Amino acid sequence: MRLEAPAQTVTFSFDGRKLQGVPGEPVAAALLANDIRLVARSFKYHRPRGVMSAGSEEQNALVTVGRGAQAEPNVRATTLEVSEGLEVFSQNAWPSLRYDMMAVNDLAAPFLGAGFYYKTFMWPRSFWEKLYEPVIRRAAGLGALSGKANEDTYEKAFAFCDVLVIGAGPSGLMAALTAARAGADVILADEDTAMGGRLLRESEKIDGQPAVDWVHNVLAELGAMNNVRLMTRTSVTGAYDQGTYAALETVTGDTAKGKPLNCFWRITAKHAVLCAGALERPIAFPNNDRPGVMMASAVRAYLNRWGVAPGKAVTIFCNNDDAHRTARDLHAAGIKVAALIDSRDDAKIDGDFPIYTGAQVIQTKGRHGLSGITISHNGGTRDIQTDCLAMSGGWNPTVHLTCHMNGRPTWREDIASFVPTPDSVPGMVTAGACNGSFSTADCLAEGAAVAADLARGLGLKPKVTVPVADDAAYAVTPLWAVPGKGRMWIDFQNDVHVKDIKLAAQENFRSVEHMKRYTTQGMAPDQGKSSNVVALAVLADATGRGIPETGTTTFRPPYVPVPIAAMGAGSQGKGFAPERFTTSHKATVARAAPMIEAGLWYRPSYFPQAGETHWQQSCDREVGFVRNAVGVCDVSTLGKIDIQGPDAGALLDFVYTNMFSTLKTGRVRYGLMLREDGHVLDDGTTARLAEDHFVMTTTTAAAGLVMRHLEFVLQALRPDLNANVISVTEQWAQFAVAGPKARDLLNAVLDQPLDEATWPFMACGEVDVAGVKGRLFRISFSGEHAYEVAVPARYGESLFRMLTAQAEVMGGGPYGMEALNVLRIEKGFITHAEIHGRTTAFDIGMGRMISAKKDCIGKSAAARPGLVGDERQQLVGLKSKGADNVLMAGAHLFETDAAETRVNSKGYTTSVCYSPTLDTHLALGFLEDGRARHGDVIKLRDHLRDITEEVEVCDPVFFDPTGGRARG
Amino acid sequence: MRITCPNCGERDRREFYYQGDALALSRPASDAGPEAWDDYLHNRDNPAGDTRDLWFHEAGCGAWLVVERNTVTHAVHKATLAEKVKR
Repeated sequence: MRLEAPAQTVTFSFDGRKLQGVPGEPVAAALLANDIRLVARSFKYHRPRGVMSAGSEEQNALVTVGRGAQAEPNVRATTLEVSEGLEVFSQNAWPSLRYDMMAVNDLAAPFLGAGFYYKTFMWPRSFWEKLYEPVIRRAAGLGALSGKANEDTYEKAFAFCDVLVIGAGPSGLMAALTAARAGADVILADEDTAMGGRLLRESEKIDGQPAVDWVHNVLAELGAMNNVRLMTRTSVTGAYDQGTYAALETVTGDTAKGKPLNCFWRITAKHAVLCAGALERPIAFPNNDRPGVMMASAVRAYLNRWGVAPGKAVTIFCNNDDAHRTARDLHAAGIKVAALIDSRDDAKIDGDFPIYTGAQVIQTKGRHGLSGITISHNGGTRDIQTDCLAMSGGWNPTVHLTCHMNGRPTWREDIASFVPTPDSVPGMVTAGACNGSFSTADCLAEGAAVAADLARGLGLKPKVTVPVADDAAYAVTPLWAVPGKGRMWIDFQNDVHVKDIKLAAQENFRSVEHMKRYTTQGMAPDQGKSSNVVALAVLADATGRGIPETGTTTFRPPYVPVPIAAMGAGSQGKGFAPERFTTSHKATVARAAPMIEAGLWYRPSYFPQAGETHWQQSCDREVGFVRNAVGVCDVSTLGKIDIQGPDAGALLDFVYTNMFSTLKTGRVRYGLMLREDGHVLDDGTTARLAEDHFVMTTTTAAAGLVMRHLEFVLQALRPDLNANVISVTEQWAQFAVAGPKARDLLNAVLDQPLDEATWPFMACGEVDVAGVKGRLFRISFSGEHAYEVAVPARYGESLFRMLTAQAEVMGGGPYGMEALNVLRIEKGFITHAEIHGRTTAFDIGMGRMISAKKDCIGKSAAARPGLVGDERQQLVGLKSKGADNVLMAGAHLFETDAAETRVNSKGYTTSVCYSPTLDTHLALGFLEDGRARHGDVIKLRDHLRDITEEVEVCDPVFFDPTGGRARG
Repeated sequence: MRITCPNCGERDRREFYYQGDALALSRPASDAGPEAWDDYLHNRDNPAGDTRDLWFHEAGCGAWLVVERNTVTHAVHKATLAEKVKR
């Protein structure tokens, strides 16, 4: 019921029913204004539930927002803002919220206590996964996911400040104001839609003016300062090392127009002030979960801030003075206060409404909403008609963030609550209600004082002026649970009641952490914000221990649920990893070449031509280009590292197994690099362009690794060497030109023609490429007469177009990764399929490349027993015995008569292809003592694809073993 | 986590590549024997407390750093250029 007709309304819907609400108010307020009390069904027993709180701690009123892929489950109706057309749905009920079939669970409640599932559904074991679990999962639960891909957008952002103030109630506002006036960079974050915290919900005065006006003035002043950032709708969800805080912002605006739903912030703060306030705790009494039973402070909040009365005849049940305000405010607003029930005999209460001290609520009634209560008073009982019961068991300071780095809160007997232990989070101080200081005057004073201290620590000169405010003392006498007939709920969100906790204690789950897991108390999305202290008080009672001795469970981040989509904002789909494109990318894609990922790079698989229906056809043709005419391939993705300095040669001698200092200028050498543990790191060619200038080539996959390795060697192992390294991979576009007509093709684009005398195999040097200074390397990864020509990257695209056009005139053309792979397997050249991290130079037949004349990385370890010897699996070639038999990579090798079991495995295959040149299937692999077994027939077994074949072991160089073609 | 790079100042952890114990700076002589090499290559302490690690400022200046930090408190005490530690 609304106190006054609102100036502006919008239409939203709840379970399809059109309702009027005030834009910006919480859906919970609008539902209460429309006299809707039944809002949800509970997790386990499907009990009717209604709105309980007025904040992010809400346990009952969880709803689903939107439809289809956009649907978001478990949204708290107490924080969700009403907007035009908003569609809200209840959860966990079928066929409808009012007539929920699963409410049958509630009738079976005596059998469904804590641990029921563990005890009952144990046997037979095979029923667990197929029957019990699916049935239980369907019966219990909150909202469901749509099962569709999330179409919403999310963002992430970073912020830095001197002082982060968490919470904008009286203490937070004073802290921010004091720090900001002193000149500190301040971020003030609050989870609510508006700042002011409790002051927006109470009828209080500050400095003689209504507290709301004071808040307005402070915010106006803060808003005008450019050293202040005000962040509303932003929950600080976690405290982490080095003053790092996570925060989740609910972004306002139209998501259909690209506005994100949430922004996930990482805030780095020199100091933080926690002003998170306090949460009111419920009292456990029989059937305290009916719609209409609410927190006393929430009833005030709906009344004072949103102008909504949650009932027509309200009762209040409390154990502390603070809740008396609810009765006074309702009375002042003209709402009937049916009774104020205070459990304390000595409570002092004035008011023109029925007052019962030393009384307790022992029963409630009303199936879909509260209709009456029974109280015990003066040894008798009394029935009272009421549609809203406002309860208050006292206040729990919101200590959560102080516990995120292993801090444990301290019990304070006088307020019967845990308060933060100082210095629990380095750099964070606490002020106000979260510190156990509940009066407005204390909050203002503490906020100002801690901020002034921080400002002084920053070298600033703060001035402290604290306004005058209410300083009523807070008096409470603990009341955790009222005995009686019926279940007394503690954790409303997970349906845990007093008896469950007593049962846990009885079954010896006496540690608070064990009780939590046995009963699931505190394990719902609200993480036990409201229920933890009551639960452990009941446990303490059941085990005969004190509350401080019982202790709390651990509060962990996040304080409120954070969508994983928000944390991973920007990292879905293409955002997952950067993409690197070669200069020939556009021209390649224009030829309809399917692109494959090579690390972050994209490379063409093959270049299809008209009439080709299978990649194998394209691949075979492209291999033919290289073997018979000329092929062109972009090899720019290989790592290129420029090495300069007087000791460049010495550096190379130290990182490669073989000698490079002796390499002549204008020549290229193949090099093998080991890790310090003796296994192969990478291989490639390095060219000497001048006495003190080399260019190293790495594999595409290991480019970053090798760069890091060279820097490590230079800085951490050999700072005595005068050499510098820098990656030039992006600066040069490089193309392989391979085949018998390679020289003819190049002569068509080079300003000076090549001849064999000045450009023999493994020569390198500068060339003019159509007027551009470039580099030429006569190297071959195909075994053919071949070159790699490099130009500055900006000329790459046009050179690729020139080379491919010319190649096509000569009966060749571009080739892709498939053909490149076939060409190198035919020649037995290795890639990271072979040098996969567990192979040594000995294994790949390059043991003699480890120079005896010098030390190098990996040399000592490579010589140790176990890394050399006949028992090692050695690189071999494998030829199919039947020409049509396809060989499988990853298959294991066995003696022909051996059982195909793991212990009999003698090796495995690493690379396979069909060789159009030799018209047979080939494989490279590793075989025990393989170099001594050329000519033997062994068995290849692929258990995964269920293929067994006989293969012949041979030299890994299948084609042109003398290498005459590359030299010719 | 943030590390104060001697070249670049205080930078986010995401800019750095983690290598491992700074023991890697003390490479044995090639003829130091299998035990010395085994210790250098494989044997590492796993202390609860102060550590000296190697980090590479890969997305920054490219410097290898020796970072002193505490695995219990997560405090990052100091970062020094590996080059200077080595010299």
